[in-house]
Amino acid sequence: MEIIMSILAGTLFAAGVYLILQKQLLKIVLGTALLSHGAHLFILTMGKLNRGKPPILIEGIKDYTDPLPQALILTSIVISFGVTSFLLVLAYRTYQSNKTDMMDQLRGTDDE
Amino acid sequence: MLHIYILIPFLAALLIGLAAKKVDRIHTGWFVLPVPAVLFILFISKLPTLAEGKIVQSIANWIPSLDIQLSFYLDGLSMLFSLLITGIGTLVVLYSIFYLSKKEQLVHFYVYLLLFMGSMLGVVLSDNVFVLYTFWEFTSISSFLLIGFWFYRERSTYGAQKSMLVTVFGGLSMLGALILLSITAETNSIREMIANRSDIIESDLFIPILILLLIGAFTKSAQFPFHSWLPDAMEAPTPVSAYLHSATMVKAGIYLVARFSLIFSGTDVFFIIVSGVGLITLCLGSILASRQTDLKGILAYSTISQLGMIMTMLGFGTGIATLAAIFHIFNHATFKGSLFMIAGIVDHETGTRDIRRLGGLYTFMPISATLAFFGAFSMAGVPLPIFNGFLSKEMFFDSSLKLEQTSGFAGMFAEWVPLLAVIGSIFTFVYSMYLVFGAFTGKAKLDQLEKKPHEAPIGMLISPIILIGFVVLIGLFPNPLNEALLAPAVGSVTGDFALTHLAFWHGFDNTPLHMSLVVVAVGTILALTLKRWQPIYNRVPGKFSTDRIYQSIVNGLLSFSSKFTKFYMTGSLRLYTSIILVFLVVSTSIFIYVTDGFKIAFDDLAPVTWPEVLVGFVMAVAAIATIWMTQRIAAIIVIGVVGYGLSLLFVFFRAPDLALTQLIVETITVALFLLCFAHLPKLKKSDKKPSEKLVDFIIAASTGALLTVVAICAHSSKYFESISKYFVDNSYKLGGGDNIVNVILVDFRGLDTLFEIAVLGLAALGIYAMIKYRDKGDMNH
Repeated sequence: MEIIMSILAGTLFAAGVYLILQKQLLKIVLGTALLSHGAHLFILTMGKLNRGKPPILIEGIKDYTDPLPQALILTSIVISFGVTSFLLVLAYRTYQSNKTDMMDQLRGTDDE
Repeated sequence: MLHIYILIPFLAALLIGLAAKKVDRIHTGWFVLPVPAVLFILFISKLPTLAEGKIVQSIANWIPSLDIQLSFYLDGLSMLFSLLITGIGTLVVLYSIFYLSKKEQLVHFYVYLLLFMGSMLGVVLSDNVFVLYTFWEFTSISSFLLIGFWFYRERSTYGAQKSMLVTVFGGLSMLGALILLSITAETNSIREMIANRSDIIESDLFIPILILLLIGAFTKSAQFPFHSWLPDAMEAPTPVSAYLHSATMVKAGIYLVARFSLIFSGTDVFFIIVSGVGLITLCLGSILASRQTDLKGILAYSTISQLGMIMTMLGFGTGIATLAAIFHIFNHATFKGSLFMIAGIVDHETGTRDIRRLGGLYTFMPISATLAFFGAFSMAGVPLPIFNGFLSKEMFFDSSLKLEQTSGFAGMFAEWVPLLAVIGSIFTFVYSMYLVFGAFTGKAKLDQLEKKPHEAPIGMLISPIILIGFVVLIGLFPNPLNEALLAPAVGSVTGDFALTHLAFWHGFDNTPLHMSLVVVAVGTILALTLKRWQPIYNRVPGKFSTDRIYQSIVNGLLSFSSKFTKFYMTGSLRLYTSIILVFLVVSTSIFIYVTDGFKIAFDDLAPVTWPEVLVGFVMAVAAIATIWMTQRIAAIIVIGVVGYGLSLLFVFFRAPDLALTQLIVETITVALFLLCFAHLPKLKKSDKKPSEKLVDFIIAASTGALLTVVAICAHSSKYFESISKYFVDNSYKLGGGDNIVNVILVDFRGLDTLFEIAVLGLAALGIYAMIKYRDKGDMNH
């Protein structure tokens, strides 16, 4: 199962990277969302899957799923939500100001 | 004690600004003057200790974990340099009081000067090589600041930059040598390195160490081919030229070679490189000096040439040569220091330093002229017992005849040394005569001068008078100085403390005297006919001058870096991302390949269950489908499929908190996407060329593949025990909670969560600002 999930994480990553390499700002935003999904799955897989019970202490149970990756991912989900929404509004603002969301038209001037 | 000596100039540099602010009627120089004077007396008071054969030392820890201590010690060699730094320093400060008007930025000037004084003392007193290096670079920086003192002049900034680039380049190369030395000898202390000499000599790194170290010394001491920064450094105020660029800082390279002599001396490579470069510099510098028209230009090339001569003698490595070198370090400081000061006086009183416009100044400034004649004759090595320069020059000839290298290439080279020494000395004689006779005798050209020349104020004359006093006194009675200062210094270079008696007269029947006479005879003829053969210089093609080479290197570097930066800083996000990702993929792949890190194990896997696989498959399809979506609403739906799929996986993989959070976040994100997309343009079909698409695909696929490989490798290899057990065991005990994930977040890794909240807050602020700003922006349009 871990290997399948590793491949799935890789696929999500590849799709995210492909989107980031596109010209349209919107696609780049979508790409970052896919990237963070891939990263979360990656971290979860690192901690091995389906070993023991969910990490909530119950009397008499010794084996729990690794709680550490879950804590890391929880932090990451919230942050990537912040980043995605920031990027979205940024894309929106950029389009409002420049009337385009194509990256190659948004380059700075030469003397910058 | 020595720590305090070094600290005093730095402290004074801090305080001088305050003093100058309080009392602005008095020239700031008067406040500075006591610093070198007191230090000079303090160092003099240590002379008896050295005479007993002891050394003064003090140690304080700085970075003990790297074996870097502020360990300073004062032996004969350090003493000679310390006395020069503080002694000449006192005279130069005194001279500068009359040279620099109160309208100048005096506080800047003296702060830089004091910084230099402290760092130079640090260089000559340090035992730890890395402390030495630190002070070494400090002297480069203070020299840079002083050369650029008149920063509004273009030549000054050019000269400052050039000296900085050349000397810091050399300094870095020296740092390389010092690191290699400390690895080879397993110590950072110079004295312990000398004790471990055989380890260094026999090491494979001997040649690289030697060459790197010598590049440092040669750049600092303006040796060929690094000499060209020194003439440009003459844009500094004359007191600085007299102090840094003739008496002290440029001798730091000499000091370095002398200090490490006990390690390297006696090897053929050391002899050939040091003496070879020294002789080339001696001849080239003296030949080029007669070409200059600026008084300070002549003196600059003369300094280069004299430094070459000292370097040559250190390369010889014999006792007599070392004594001559040490003696000449001292003599050069006296006569060259005074000549610089006189050049400054001429500049000050006539408004020009151009020798073509000067002449006949003897009538107007007899004292300065007399002093200049003494200085120049001593520099030329005129055989009279009143010139210290003659004594060391003759010892130079003597040592060139008594070389110990007899076999092989070193032996062949040694046979040519006396001839080159004579050639260099002939031209030294020529430019010395050219300098004083050109400026002080002949017909005065008053119409070409900005002001009517007259004798300088007595304050400006005191310092050169004292220096010339030393020239004569030591010319007459060299032996007291020899006993007190030179012999201990020679001892710390060669390890042999025996006293050699110095004498002016050795009888008619000795070769050095004949060499001196040849120099005087040929030199006089050449000096008299100088006007006739000087045009030859113009025939030499300038293409090969080191100045041009320096310039083309600098220009080349600038245009290369500008082109290179423009090549990748195109402003294209796609290019930046590609570079980062390609580098990531390539470097990680190489690393995995080299360390043989690829591993795949099937023995420790969770069983494959169909619901998970099915969800995963749907997610993969949805993720890939986003690429082709042209409908905004469809794009949102497929991205939502991936997100909700992930929360389902979290449920399957027993992460209830994650599933909940992901579910909420995904819902909000989808809502946000819907909200924003309404205001955004439609998704367009990619208009890229197939080749570009292929590149994108390759980068994306390889990044994804790399991630998969890393995940599999990490899962399959067991390098460390998991640290998670700690959290399971202590969640209730220390955190007081049953939900381990929550306890980790709010307790064990509470700071992480705090910063996470901060990030979220910042994002919210940013979003708010962007929306607010829009309204204002729209109003302006």
